[in-house]
Amino acid sequence: MSEDKKKKIIKTIKIDVDKCNGCRACEVICSSFHASPKYSSNNPARSRIRVIRDPYRDLYVPVYAGEYTVAECAGRDKYTIDGKEYDECLFCRASCPSRDAFKEPDSGLPLKCDMCEGEDEPLCVKWCMVDALTVEEREEDVDEEEVSPEELEIGLESLADKYGIEKLRDIVARMSEKD
Amino acid sequence: MRYAETGFNLEIDLTRGSIDRVATDPKDTELYLGGLGTNAKILWDRVPPEVEAFSPDNLLIFGAGLLCGTPATGCNRTIATTISPQTKLMAFSMMGGFWAPELKYAGYDKVIFRGQSPDLVYLWINNDKVEIRDASHLKGKGAIETAELIKKELNEPKAQVAAIGMAGENRVYYASVEQGRSSASRGGIGAVMGDKGLKAIAVRGTKDINVAQPAEYMELCTEVLEYIKFREENPIPGVIPILSVLGSPQEMAIHDEKWHTENFSWGNSRTRRKDFWTEDVATEWLETMNKARTRLISCYNCPLKCGATITVPGLPTYMMKCFTKLTWTMAAFSNLDFGLTIAQRATEYGVDGYSAPQVMAFALELYENGILTDDDFPGMPSDNDGKFYWLLDRIVRREGIGDVLANGTHWAAKEIGNGAEKYAHNNIKKHEQLPLKLGMLNPIYFLMYCTGEKINITQIEGQFPQMPFPKREHREKFVKDWFQVPDEKFKQYFLDWEFRGENSMPYYPTVEMTCEIVDWQERMHYIDDALGMCAGVSSFHLKPPYHIHNFPKFISAGAGIAMDEAKLSQAAKRYRTLVRAINIRRGLRRKDEKPPEDHWKKRVPELEKELLDTYYKFKGWNNEGIPTKESLHELGLDYVAEDFMQRGILTDSEDATSKEVLAEKEQN
Repeated sequence: MSEDKKKKIIKTIKIDVDKCNGCRACEVICSSFHASPKYSSNNPARSRIRVIRDPYRDLYVPVYAGEYTVAECAGRDKYTIDGKEYDECLFCRASCPSRDAFKEPDSGLPLKCDMCEGEDEPLCVKWCMVDALTVEEREEDVDEEEVSPEELEIGLESLADKYGIEKLRDIVARMSEKD
Repeated sequence: MRYAETGFNLEIDLTRGSIDRVATDPKDTELYLGGLGTNAKILWDRVPPEVEAFSPDNLLIFGAGLLCGTPATGCNRTIATTISPQTKLMAFSMMGGFWAPELKYAGYDKVIFRGQSPDLVYLWINNDKVEIRDASHLKGKGAIETAELIKKELNEPKAQVAAIGMAGENRVYYASVEQGRSSASRGGIGAVMGDKGLKAIAVRGTKDINVAQPAEYMELCTEVLEYIKFREENPIPGVIPILSVLGSPQEMAIHDEKWHTENFSWGNSRTRRKDFWTEDVATEWLETMNKARTRLISCYNCPLKCGATITVPGLPTYMMKCFTKLTWTMAAFSNLDFGLTIAQRATEYGVDGYSAPQVMAFALELYENGILTDDDFPGMPSDNDGKFYWLLDRIVRREGIGDVLANGTHWAAKEIGNGAEKYAHNNIKKHEQLPLKLGMLNPIYFLMYCTGEKINITQIEGQFPQMPFPKREHREKFVKDWFQVPDEKFKQYFLDWEFRGENSMPYYPTVEMTCEIVDWQERMHYIDDALGMCAGVSSFHLKPPYHIHNFPKFISAGAGIAMDEAKLSQAAKRYRTLVRAINIRRGLRRKDEKPPEDHWKKRVPELEKELLDTYYKFKGWNNEGIPTKESLHELGLDYVAEDFMQRGILTDSEDATSKEVLAEKEQN
């Protein structure tokens, strides 16, 4: 294993749901910034941040769009926090078939937060004047771990056992072609 | 391409069950902007004065402001317009919340209802798909309850719903339209909605709203946001807490209620309690508030937390706005706990928080004075809080005395007779006012009360301080960064305004200055109401982020309509005059333009006459308050002049008194 450490800047958006006033300014500026040309239109349905709100149950959860996923989760859990019940999906960042969040309303293509590339800070943070959204940057040492060949072999073996070596070889060949 | 607006209205005929999507004329936007302005144009064109409030021919218009749905902070208001059953004049009530932007994203600027549905229905607008749906299962349900049930049955938690409660269904003259944390309460809009058989309007939209000059527009928005931040960090010194910060007013956040509880009157707008706000009261009320208030909340795209989620133990949660916090409490001589508790029921029923408590206090005063008797109140509890609940339940069902009281103090007093009329003492144009009874006539407020056609003082006041500051150095400090003034002279007016001596009220500000100040204040409200801007970040406040200097830029960059201060002022004057024209055509005259007799202890009749005479002239109205032919022509409103001539409201001689007025004078 290599001992080299690499420096990496980690941007964290801190979400304080207790401070959220439910105004959706984050959605407004997000959809405006990502319009083409920039700021030319506004449509919260295109926003990469969503405030999931249910005022009568006092639920206010700003969620950022993360990775696209082809399938929804098999089971869904419920969390109870301070006596309030939250659906697991409430906290999930995925653009997922189970819901219409984080998809372009016309094309259905997935959306993903890019932290407003090119701006000093994500604009949702800038527009959140109640400080429910704040941004923190820190440098972290990241271990450059190499995957050991033994571990990889164990993994491949289990796949070969399950699907047969022929199939696995075909897939690896196809993937190599694509690259 | 249309900018800021969608260019389409929805026309719903509830009698026939038809739905049409109608393109609008961009010229109208240029002349009347949007929101209130274009609402007024439609009402003038399509609702003649013979049409009564509860007629299928009356229109009920929900108009989103011109800039709603753009990123302009605090621009989220729906302007609901119809003919009021109570005043019989044009009613226009605003609601914030989330409804107007959602309507824009669905692709419409307005929803216009006509006709009457035989069965209770609701409208579901889901982008291009619009349907009238059965609402018989929602009959009698609370306004908030209705909204939640509709979202559930549509399986659309993101839909925004405006709904009426039982009060609207039963055509209570001061029924509101409730929409989450907001409501259109004044003028009985909810009663007209109930009369049309319309329980709710649910809307969901996922389309774009475009702006004409993106970079310029965003720069303007950012400036506003920065100024809001500056104002939050720098409250204005020397004014009462709710005026020192922005918001509409921040009743839920601000705890110190010394000013309201000691300066506003309790009961049926009768009793000043000048030593009410003791430390004990402050502690008790703070405790009540802290227990009930879950969260401070905002309308769409606004950082100011004017509302709150309130949960009183054992009752469903609701969202409270603004001054309702005190109206119930003070009308019933009770405490904050009572106020917050009864407001939950009142919100579900959907009644105006200004009128309803006052009507009840009025009824109890009639009872105390023997004009109403035990027979009128069968089974009413003996405790004061209990009486209010009992009355509220009767009024919204129109049961027994509730049926009479449901028409408001003016009409109820007429029906009850027997001297009841002098107890309906706090009305302007038949509509209940804030419970304010003061000492010396204030010329600015006198004109605002007389000529305000929104018939609510908070909807015309603002910008200019309500009172002089005691020390000149404070005044000098105040005017230093007062860039919102339309003209430098307003600074001088304020600098020279003293508590005592020659430059004090009622003769200072002078009549001319007063006209200019009132006109400025009113103009800013009318601009807000066309653009959909909340008065809490604009016209209601001293030194607001939106003002006459940046509004034209917002319209140019946002809607793509070349605008400057003069053109904007002219447009605002145009639709303001049109509002007046609608009301003139419905019989409004000088005799109706007066504050409640007892509003000030010290009245000055000859000054009041001069004020009104001069202001009418200033506005281009004749001595009866009717816009003259010349001023209508100047505004491009020749069609109004023609109509006035045809109806004999104006005559060729253009003299103040038309035949009709003379006839009325003879009658009196």
